[in-house]
Amino acid sequence: MIGFLARRLLQAVVVIVVVLLLVFVGAHVVPGGEARHELGPRATPAAIAQFNRLNGLNKPLWEQFIDYFDRLFHGNLGYSVKNNETVAYLIGRYLPRTLFLVGLSTVVALIIAIPLGILQVVRRNKPVDYVLTGLSFILYAMPAFLLGTLLILWFAIDLKWFPPSFSQSDTLSTILANPKSLVLPVFTLAALTIASFSRYMRSSMMEAMTQDYIRTARAKGAAPRRVLYGHALRNAIIPILTLLGLSIPAIVSGAVITETLFNYPGMGYLTTQAALNTDIPLLLGTTFVATVATVVGSLLADILYAIADPRIRYAR
Amino acid sequence: MPAESLIPGDDDYRDRIGSPWASATAGKDAITGVAMPPEGALGVVGEPEGGEATSTGGILRQIARVFAENKLAVASLAVIILIFLFCFVGPLFYHTNQTNAQLALQTSQQAAPPGHGHPLGTDPSGFDILGRLMYGGQSSLEVGIAAALVATIFGVIYGAASGFIGGWFDALLMRIVDILLSIPQLFLLIVLAVIFTPSKGLLILVIAFAAWLVPARLVRGETLTLRVREYVQAVSIMGGSRKRIVVRHIIPNSIGTIVVNATFQVADAILLLAALGFLGLGIPAPETDWGTMVSNGIQYALSGDWWLIYPAGICIVLVVVAFNYIGDALRDSLEVRLQRR
Repeated sequence: MIGFLARRLLQAVVVIVVVLLLVFVGAHVVPGGEARHELGPRATPAAIAQFNRLNGLNKPLWEQFIDYFDRLFHGNLGYSVKNNETVAYLIGRYLPRTLFLVGLSTVVALIIAIPLGILQVVRRNKPVDYVLTGLSFILYAMPAFLLGTLLILWFAIDLKWFPPSFSQSDTLSTILANPKSLVLPVFTLAALTIASFSRYMRSSMMEAMTQDYIRTARAKGAAPRRVLYGHALRNAIIPILTLLGLSIPAIVSGAVITETLFNYPGMGYLTTQAALNTDIPLLLGTTFVATVATVVGSLLADILYAIADPRIRYAR
Repeated sequence: MPAESLIPGDDDYRDRIGSPWASATAGKDAITGVAMPPEGALGVVGEPEGGEATSTGGILRQIARVFAENKLAVASLAVIILIFLFCFVGPLFYHTNQTNAQLALQTSQQAAPPGHGHPLGTDPSGFDILGRLMYGGQSSLEVGIAAALVATIFGVIYGAASGFIGGWFDALLMRIVDILLSIPQLFLLIVLAVIFTPSKGLLILVIAFAAWLVPARLVRGETLTLRVREYVQAVSIMGGSRKRIVVRHIIPNSIGTIVVNATFQVADAILLLAALGFLGLGIPAPETDWGTMVSNGIQYALSGDWWLIYPAGICIVLVVVAFNYIGDALRDSLEVRLQRR
């Protein structure tokens, strides 16, 4: 297992280094070059040359990459001219709020999806099963921004139960002081996860119910409840762990949409703003951080999986 | 699906992340037998046992038969055909101005509710919504289908080459896929859309670039299992070239997987385009797509202008659900065919 973890860790490091390389390339393929992009179309050649000299852009490309790497190790992700702040500062300020939103809605999604999946197995091929299947199909096909818009339309504008959006001056403490404001964005972000996880849970449970150990448990006279929760559920829930790790990219992507829709001051919102303002350093910075989060997340999920399921051997 | 395939890093498992219905339906069929015709129901097709001798026409007929028994899939196909007619033939009968913003502002009321010559009302620029739905639908469908095609074709070539050549080449190509897969798709899409200021053609390439990874992995997996089959080995013993093996044997034999995945790809591409449209990075004005239409409507949602949101939103969901059901049904019918062999 230690060998597996070491290999997995090495893999994660390689992924991050290559993504860095891609980010570096991304910054260099900006149409017209970085200097013209930052200084505007009417910059004089002299100004461009000075910008390039000041930012080390006149050095050979490989030297620039090493410089870039070096700066990164010192926590310098670049400078956002549009915001007049360093990228690291901006991300540091917006990231905690995103982690909170993503974490909360993932927990909510699991709390809803797992019982729904079990319910569908207990009542398989009954009306409840069909209704839930249909609902999850629709939720799965519904883009997050559409679902969120409908929720705002119904529950914030018509019924006035929840506020429709956040203020950009909100901090984590003001958000927490008004938990009602979190209901709609959390559900919007959780919906896709609920739809897919309840389906996976259903099929994973179904799979577990056909196994020999279930027949053995029944034969020795275990109560149906005990068979379901003690035997089937414990085995069925393990694949969900890995699935969680693999769904992190989708959840992080969903956060971009949800935060933009609800004006939630997080990293997803920052990304959209960077994209709309063509603030390339900031955009590449948030993309890099999102990728690192994804890689670390799936690494954690793999480790959890290795701990949860001793049957799996990782020698490959 | 056997639980063993849920090992982290297992290709087969990760590929299914694309659609949770993949393992969901497989599980359902394996246990309850719903959506699967009874054993022997296909025997009436009147073909000799031993599928090797079956002609292509026969297989297609068989697939069509199982497909036709799935009512949801047939209904979905009908929905797709109707929406296509609506978007591409509709404008021939229902003439509206969708390109001249000046004219639209002068001749019609802005953001008017349904009625008064505009069955679905007008948008904030004065464009007729029913006509705009057709016009935007053209872009959504064109980009969705074209992106899925480009992604599938590139993914198939990449995956087949990787799996067939094998060795370090395969390892390298697949690590590239792994790395790109670990960048959250929407971020990749946003970065590309910002660097290459989008037009319709570029959007197709940008979406395809974010989407080709899954078919590449799927086809590579198929290739790995196919290239050790006896008939493929026989071809190479008889002196058949590698190109011939890939083009005449490996790709045709994985065509089922490819077609099923392509169907899901269309649904995903339409959703991705809609997401870009929502973020304001979609097809630039005066052209539009369904996602951009919903996005524009959201700004007016506070005043309760529901007609700016519902029509385009319903269209997106309908098309995506329909493509997903069709993909599902295709997979079921292909599985039945495989079981008969």
